Amino acid sequence: MKKPSRAPFYTVIGILALFGLITAWMRHVQMEIPFTPGVQKPVWLIEARIDFDATGEPVTARLGLPDNPPGFRSFSEQAAAPGYGYSVVTENAVRRGEWSKRDAQGPQTIYYKTQFIDVQDEAALATQLEQPQVAHVDWDGPSQETAAQQVLDTALARSSNPQSLTRELIKQFSNDNLDQNAALLLSAQTDRSALIEKLVNQAGIPARPALGLYLEDARRHQSLSRLVQVYDGKNWVLFNPSTGEQGVPENLLLWHTGGESILDVAGGNRSRVSFSMIHQTVPALDLIKAQFKESAFSVLSIQHLPIEEQSMFKLLLLLPMGALVVVFMRIIIGLKTSGTFMPILIAMAFLQTSLVLGVVSFVTVVAMGLVLRTYLSRLNLLLISRIATLVVLVIFIISALSLIGYQMGFNTGMTITFFPMIIIAWTIERMSILWEEEGPKEVMVQGGGSLLVAVLAYALMQLPLVGHLTFNFPELNLVALALIMLMGQYTGYKLSELRRFRAMVDNVEKKGAES
Amino acid sequence: MSEASTSSAPASPASKPAAPSGIKRWWNSWVSPWRLKSLGILGMNCRNHDFIAAYNPRSLFPLVDNKLKTKLLAEEYEVATPKLFFVVNVQHEIAHIEDKLMALEAFAIKPAKGSGGKGILVIIGRKGDKFIKSSGVEITIEDIKRHMTNALAGLYSLGGKPDVVIVEDLIQFDDYFKDYSYEGVPDIRIIIFKGYPVMAMLRLATHKSDGKANLHQGAVGVGLDIATGRALNAVQHSKPVTHHPDTKRELKEIQIADWRSWLLLASKCYEMTGLGYIGTDLVLDKTRGAQLLELNARPGLAIQVANGRGLLPRLRHIESLKERMHRTAEQRVDYVMKTFNADGL
Repeated sequence: MKKPSRAPFYTVIGILALFGLITAWMRHVQMEIPFTPGVQKPVWLIEARIDFDATGEPVTARLGLPDNPPGFRSFSEQAAAPGYGYSVVTENAVRRGEWSKRDAQGPQTIYYKTQFIDVQDEAALATQLEQPQVAHVDWDGPSQETAAQQVLDTALARSSNPQSLTRELIKQFSNDNLDQNAALLLSAQTDRSALIEKLVNQAGIPARPALGLYLEDARRHQSLSRLVQVYDGKNWVLFNPSTGEQGVPENLLLWHTGGESILDVAGGNRSRVSFSMIHQTVPALDLIKAQFKESAFSVLSIQHLPIEEQSMFKLLLLLPMGALVVVFMRIIIGLKTSGTFMPILIAMAFLQTSLVLGVVSFVTVVAMGLVLRTYLSRLNLLLISRIATLVVLVIFIISALSLIGYQMGFNTGMTITFFPMIIIAWTIERMSILWEEEGPKEVMVQGGGSLLVAVLAYALMQLPLVGHLTFNFPELNLVALALIMLMGQYTGYKLSELRRFRAMVDNVEKKGAES
Repeated sequence: MSEASTSSAPASPASKPAAPSGIKRWWNSWVSPWRLKSLGILGMNCRNHDFIAAYNPRSLFPLVDNKLKTKLLAEEYEVATPKLFFVVNVQHEIAHIEDKLMALEAFAIKPAKGSGGKGILVIIGRKGDKFIKSSGVEITIEDIKRHMTNALAGLYSLGGKPDVVIVEDLIQFDDYFKDYSYEGVPDIRIIIFKGYPVMAMLRLATHKSDGKANLHQGAVGVGLDIATGRALNAVQHSKPVTHHPDTKRELKEIQIADWRSWLLLASKCYEMTGLGYIGTDLVLDKTRGAQLLELNARPGLAIQVANGRGLLPRLRHIESLKERMHRTAEQRVDYVMKTFNADGL
C-alpha cells in the first residue's frame, strides 16, 4: 500500500515546516520580533539639554554622542533646536552631533533626544582592532612626580595585570587608607579619574577617560559621571574611580569615551549640558521597524515596505490560514461548500466588516439575489449576460443596504462593499441552479457549509495572534503550506463519511444477523 | 471537481426523530473509521488519491468529461452507444433548431461537458407543438431553446466553460425493466478498474427522482452480483428496500440477461480511454442490446451502499495482479466472474 514516492514527499514537507519554524525562530532571536502581539519593550528616553549664551557670532555646538554603548542599543535619536542646522559627524572614531547657526544672540537651548533599549549581549563589546597608544604623562614638579611614582610602585607590587593594578590604585585613593603620597596627588588634582588615568598611563598601560550616565527613572538635570577605561590588552575595561567597581554597571550608559571634550561651543559661552531621562515602554514591533535594516533577516520583514503595501500584505498573508481551514473542512471533515475557495473570500470580507454584520449582509444579499434571479430566469437571457445582470443587481442591493445601514446608524454599512461582487453573483447563479436541480435542501447544505467554513476561517484569521504571526513571520506560512500538503496526502475517511456509510454498515450487519 | 463527484452520493438523511436519549442516538449515528476499514469501504479521499490520481492521467479526462468525444471514441472502438443525431456548436444554430427537432420523435439533449446527469433533457414524444419530457411534463420549443442556450454558455459544465450540445437517440428501453423503473431509463453503472469490472449496480428511476437515475435524487440502487448479474441488495436514500416504491415490483428477482456481454462492453472502455478507474453507465436498448451511455472518471461511492460491500478489497486485489496477466477484455471478464462473487472477495 505504501508507495515509494512518499519518502521524498515527506522530506519536502519536513524541510518546509522546519525551514519555516527555524527561520521564524532565528528572526525571533536575532531581530527580537516577539511571538505574541502587543509585547512592550522598556526603553530609556534620554534627553540632553545644551545651554549656552550666544555671543552674536556664528555658532557651532558639538556634543559627543554615545556610540554603541555596551549593554544598550540605540533605537532612535533626534535633535531639536530651532533654526539650527544639525548633522552627525564622526571624527577620530568619535560620534558627535554638530549644531550650527549663522547668528544667534542670547541664551540658547538645544535638545538632543535618544532612546535606548537594554540588551544583554556582552559579546557585542567591540574589540579594539589596533593597540591604543599610551598617553604621555606630565606631572607638576618633581614632588608630584615622586609621589606618583611611589603610589604606582606600591600598586604595581600588589598587582599582576592592568585590572588589578587599576584596582590597587583606586584603593590607595580611597579615604580609608590615604597615605601622604596619595594625599599630595589628590590635593593637586581633585578629579580622581584623571589621576587614575594618568597613573595607569604612566605604568605603560593605555587608559582614557570615559563619561557615563547613571540611569534612573524620571531624573532631571543629571550630569555625566567621570570614569576611567583601562586597556587590558584586548578590551577597554571600565572602572569607577571612586568605588573601584570594575565593568559597566547595569544602570550605566557609557555616553562618551576618549580624551575629547564632551561639549564644545564656538560662538557662545557658559555652555553646559545636562541630562533628563525617563523609562518608558514602546511596542516591540516599533523597535524592529527602526533598526535591523541591514540585517540579512530583515529581507523577510514586511515592515520595511510602504504602509499602503503593508496593509495589503497583512490581508494577503492571512489567506493561507483561510486556505488551511478550507482544506481541513473539506478533506478531513467533508463539509460541502459552494465553490471551493469562496469561503475564504467571504471570510476576508468578514474581516473588513464585522462578523455579525457580515453574515447578516451576506445572507441578505444572497437571498435577495436568489429572488431576483428567479425572475431573471423567466427573461430567458444568455448565461453571460444573466450573470452580468446579477453583478449589477448585486451592486444595487449592496448599495441599498449600505444606505439603509447608514440611515439606521450603522457606520460600518459602507464596508460591506468589500464583498467580492462577481463571486457573489456567481454564487447566486450556482445556488439558483442548485435550487432548480436539487431542491432547496442542497442549497441550504452547500450555502450553510460555505458560511460555516467562512465563519471558521474568519475566526482563525481575526485572532490577533494569527495576524501578528503571519505578518511578522511570513515564513510561518511555509508551515501552513506543509500542513496543507500533508492533508493532501490524507486518504482516510472524512468525518462526514463516518455518518454517510452508517446506514450501509447497519444494512450489512442486519443481513449478517439474518443469515 | 468534488461537487461533481459527490453529486451521485446520497445525501445523508437528516435523522430528526427526537428520542429521549438524544445524545446517545446522535452518537450512534456515527460509525468508527476502523469499522469502515474492516468492511473495505472506499472513502472519498482514498478514491481521489489512490485511484483517480494514480490511475487516471489528467490528459485523458477530456475523453470522458466530454460526451461528444466519448461518443466518437466509442464509435471508433465499436463500443455500442446511442446514435448521435447532431451537435449544436454555436448559439445561432439554435435559432433554427426547430426543423431539426421536428424530424425526431424522441431524443435526448445533453451538454457535452455536463456531469452527474446535469443538464440532460429527455424528450419521449410530442403532443402538437409541445414536447413531452420523460416525467410526462409538457414543454415548449422555447424551453428547449433556452435549455440549449444555457448549456452552450457552460451552465452545466465543470467550471462554467463554454460547451456544445449533443442530441442523440433516445434509448428504447427493454421491456424487462418496464416494471422496475418508473418514468425513466434504468442504467447499469459498472466500475472498471484497470479494465476489470469490480462492482456493478442497477439504477432505477423513481417518481421522486424525476425519471433520473441518480441515487441522491431518490433513484433506487440495486447492487448486482458481478459473477451472475443477479440482484444482491437494494437501497433508496441509503435505506434498504425490497420493492420498487412506485411499481412495487420485488427487486430481489432482478437478473440481468446476458450479463457477460454487459461486463465485456464495460471492460472494453478501458482500452478505449486508457483510464484506470472509471465508472461506465450502460443501458439496455430494446433492439440494439447493451449500450454505453456515458463514462465517468470520478465515479461516486454510493455503489458500495447499493452492494452492501466495500470496494477496497477488490481494488487491492486487482492492484496485486501481475501486469498483463489478462490481455483482453474477455480474459478479464472471465477472471472477474470467477473471482468476485457474492460470497467471495
